[in-house]
Amino acid sequence: MAYEKPIADYDYKVENCTCAFCGCNCDDLVYLVKGGEIKGELKDGIVVNGYVDGGHVVGVRHACRLGASKIMEDMDQRLLVPMVRDENGNLVETDWNTALDKAAELIANAVRPVFYGWSETSIETMHYGLELGELVGAVLDNQATICHGPSLQAVQNAGYPVMTLGEVKNRADMIVYTGNNAMNSHPRHLGRYSTFPRGYFRKRGRFDRTVVTMDPRYTDTAKMSDIWVGFEQNGDYEFYNAMRAVLRGKKLEKDIISGIPKEDIENLVEEMKKAQFGALFFGLGLTHTLSKQRNIDIAINLVQDLNKFSKWNLIPMRGHFNVNGFNIFMAFEQGFPYGVDFARGYPRYMNGETNTIDLLTREEPDVFMVIAADPGAHFPSGANRHLANIPVIQIDIHWGPSTELADVVLPGSFIAVEAAGTSYRMDGVPIYMKQAISRPETARDDEWIVNELLKRVQRIKGIKPKVAGK
Amino acid sequence: MEYILKNGIVYDPTNDVEGEKKDVMFKDGKIVDDVSPNAKEIDVTDKLVMAAGVDPHSHIAGPKLVVGRLYRPEDSRRGIVPKKGVTRAETGFSIPSCPATGYRYSRMGYGTVVEAAMPPLEAKHTHEEINTIPNLDIAPLPLFGNNWFTMEYAKEGKIDDLAAFVSYWLKLVKGYGIKLVNPCGGEAWGWGMNVHGIDDPAPYFDVTAREVITALAKANEKLALPHSIHLHPNDLGHPGNYGTTVESMKIVKGISKNSPVRNQTVHMTHIQYHSYAGTNWRDFESAASDVANFINDNDYITCDVGQITLDETTTMTADGPMEFDLHQLNGLKWANKDIELETASGIVPFIYSGRNSVHSVQWAIGLEMFLLVHNPWQIFLTTDSPNAGPFIRYPRVISWLMSNKRRTEMIENREVHKAVEKKSMLATIDREYDFNEIATISRAAPAKAYGFTDRGHLGIGANADIAVYDIKPNDIDPSAEHEAIEKGFGNATYTFKDGKILVKDGEIVDIVPSRTLWTNVSGLEAEEEAIVEKIMPSFNKYYTIKFENYKVHDHFVPNPIAVNVQAGKAGK
Repeated sequence: MAYEKPIADYDYKVENCTCAFCGCNCDDLVYLVKGGEIKGELKDGIVVNGYVDGGHVVGVRHACRLGASKIMEDMDQRLLVPMVRDENGNLVETDWNTALDKAAELIANAVRPVFYGWSETSIETMHYGLELGELVGAVLDNQATICHGPSLQAVQNAGYPVMTLGEVKNRADMIVYTGNNAMNSHPRHLGRYSTFPRGYFRKRGRFDRTVVTMDPRYTDTAKMSDIWVGFEQNGDYEFYNAMRAVLRGKKLEKDIISGIPKEDIENLVEEMKKAQFGALFFGLGLTHTLSKQRNIDIAINLVQDLNKFSKWNLIPMRGHFNVNGFNIFMAFEQGFPYGVDFARGYPRYMNGETNTIDLLTREEPDVFMVIAADPGAHFPSGANRHLANIPVIQIDIHWGPSTELADVVLPGSFIAVEAAGTSYRMDGVPIYMKQAISRPETARDDEWIVNELLKRVQRIKGIKPKVAGK
Repeated sequence: MEYILKNGIVYDPTNDVEGEKKDVMFKDGKIVDDVSPNAKEIDVTDKLVMAAGVDPHSHIAGPKLVVGRLYRPEDSRRGIVPKKGVTRAETGFSIPSCPATGYRYSRMGYGTVVEAAMPPLEAKHTHEEINTIPNLDIAPLPLFGNNWFTMEYAKEGKIDDLAAFVSYWLKLVKGYGIKLVNPCGGEAWGWGMNVHGIDDPAPYFDVTAREVITALAKANEKLALPHSIHLHPNDLGHPGNYGTTVESMKIVKGISKNSPVRNQTVHMTHIQYHSYAGTNWRDFESAASDVANFINDNDYITCDVGQITLDETTTMTADGPMEFDLHQLNGLKWANKDIELETASGIVPFIYSGRNSVHSVQWAIGLEMFLLVHNPWQIFLTTDSPNAGPFIRYPRVISWLMSNKRRTEMIENREVHKAVEKKSMLATIDREYDFNEIATISRAAPAKAYGFTDRGHLGIGANADIAVYDIKPNDIDPSAEHEAIEKGFGNATYTFKDGKILVKDGEIVDIVPSRTLWTNVSGLEAEEEAIVEKIMPSFNKYYTIKFENYKVHDHFVPNPIAVNVQAGKAGK
């Protein structure tokens, strides 16, 4: 990697900003802002209060490459103006009123609307989305349905021994990454939370910890680990089952299990038992291989069993910065984490029935609203085929495959840069992400857009808006 | 808007009104002694009228609740009610969704609830849930008992620093008072261990529960906080733990009270779980009389019970090691949540059954506590919801308290295990609560213990938080008609909150946003600033969140009720 000179050409700094990329939600970023006018308070070149109106983020300190590039290059392929698809199938720019009315009309007249996404927007936006969903009897679902959904199913089967990331930093002397490559997917995870930082009981940081990667691939995370356990692809369940058997004092009958010699498994279990405080981080590599949620079941059971000998906890490596937030939000609002169907006037949650992919492949939905997500890029083709046949409303900041499917496009703003909002980190720590700069003049905040849709749908249905709303 | 509630039978223990037939008048959300002839008249002739309920200890909002809901959809499916009129859909039995929590408390005639455990790091989450719960005023108690800074100050005996720390943290996280959960045990759980008794030090920190309780109690009185320390002592749920409980109460004995409203310097929570004798689950038996006698002899103590209701429920507490033990015991799925520098916590589903000897004796111990503590101002109605049972069972607990006949029937019909007769003295106690005592344990006394002067009673100037029940105290025989008592207390004829009708004939008719009660201590600004500067290096090193992003922004507390306190000046 070529040496890059530090960015010196900026006017203001905004400190303690939160990164809106992965589930790490690093809240120590410094945005370097050029141009614009301070709306708030400036002290020694640092914006201590308020934001920079009309400024641009030209540099980001402390962030990883993923976060920094998302924040700095956010104008690339940016959606700026609302658009509606005309009869020739072309997206045509229009004014906000027309676009919002069109979207509201679609939602109000829908029989089986689905509101999907939410993981890259704020809890405040979700409030309005849920109210709208309850009003029209929609299905609300988020990206968990295609990523950590099986993990949540496993949590419902087996339990949920978790902790906040600071516990790992201060106490952990053994760290296990399994089914994920944190060095690439959550680049600051090791540096800020788990492996490298010097914690209260781990004064020497990395030297006080043993890092284990359990992954069929020899990933970048595996390269910097002390131990790499490269079990066979789809051998997860068998491998963890063997570990659990050894932990419970059983003799393994096979010499090699999932490609790992039994002595290695026995030694590893011994190490894990001896650890003072262990942390296990699992990712989609575990969630989405052969046995799906059963892999997580057994990993959770392993962690529970380990607690008879020492202290172990786990954390799922959540992807989007607020994917956990949506699950938490839905759980406290309506009792279920994702895939919640309001069609009958009360919430239903039934995996395989009320999840977005199942609904789409059964061709049930007649209107689809996608907010802060990209089903066009991520959904299986069978699901996308149905999306192409029904009206799709998109609320997003960037042009993507979903825009090609969309019939109404409503350009939102970038949470944690252009708009403030609450998010939940992968470990459930809530963070109020502050605003640093103003949004593009023609775009609107997600919160405003969804609220506006709600108001217009209420008007169409002849319902008075709630006064007691927040 | 003016109202007059005509001819109700009023129980208002704070103002010595005991079953008088009288009118209650209120105007603009406050109780008044006179209204104009235009006042709207509501006829409640011969019906039971009380101030709205005050729940002193309930887990209704926060991260543990959400973990419970996330991992127990089977519980959410148990309490589903479709949306209707002004209400949204309800879900959940032991861990209801936020809207359901508000509606269900309103239907029982409650107006104020104390959320009993808020981890400061995740306080924003608790406040988000408080905002989602309608119709209640909610006071969250932040956890301080296993906080690293607290433990350091306690070890070094720096009470002034601790007081400044607490006062500042209450402002930061918008909390009401000091909660301690298994002091030092939560920290030990960071290493998969626990402490046993009050003199077993936390690993590495080398500080004992005795020191932490003493220090926080002193800091509490130094600040003159409206509530005393709220203590969940060590050894919860262990056979033979009553010794620890009594010792914990003794610690606070010498500390003088600094509050014009409350009487106590320590509130012992869910005392039922802490009144066990024996050495293991086989010879486990009640020690309620030992604990109750100590409370009877010492008026500086209040307690709430945590009555077992014999339901399938979800236990959740910041007492992490206890929950792991419970998981080992019942084998049901275990959730745990350790919070850096602050606390542990755990969750396990639990099925309390009358067929089980231990559960039945636990049930008996709770009732014994209610019946053996003489002064109803010292013991409050709770089920430690949802730990011993969900809060919607309060009416049933009331029916047990008012009916010795029902209790005997349960024992004799074997609705509870026969061990109750051998291992507790419940069958020999024939005390029955009257309506005045019920009003005391469910509203007047908890309000007093929290230093609330504007609620929990019907005196002039109090908030018009009023409950009217379809029970005619002069006609009913609670001893025989326990079913009518349970039904009546569960379905208020009217619930008023700040003078607004929220419930009519057991149905929710209006929704108001909830409000957050928090304590704003003034007078220590310089000390607080010094403390923050002092702890900042540790904060930055050991937390994973920046100080600027740690606090609860005003955004999360849209409807605050700040209780202003002048540090150290409340005592009169």
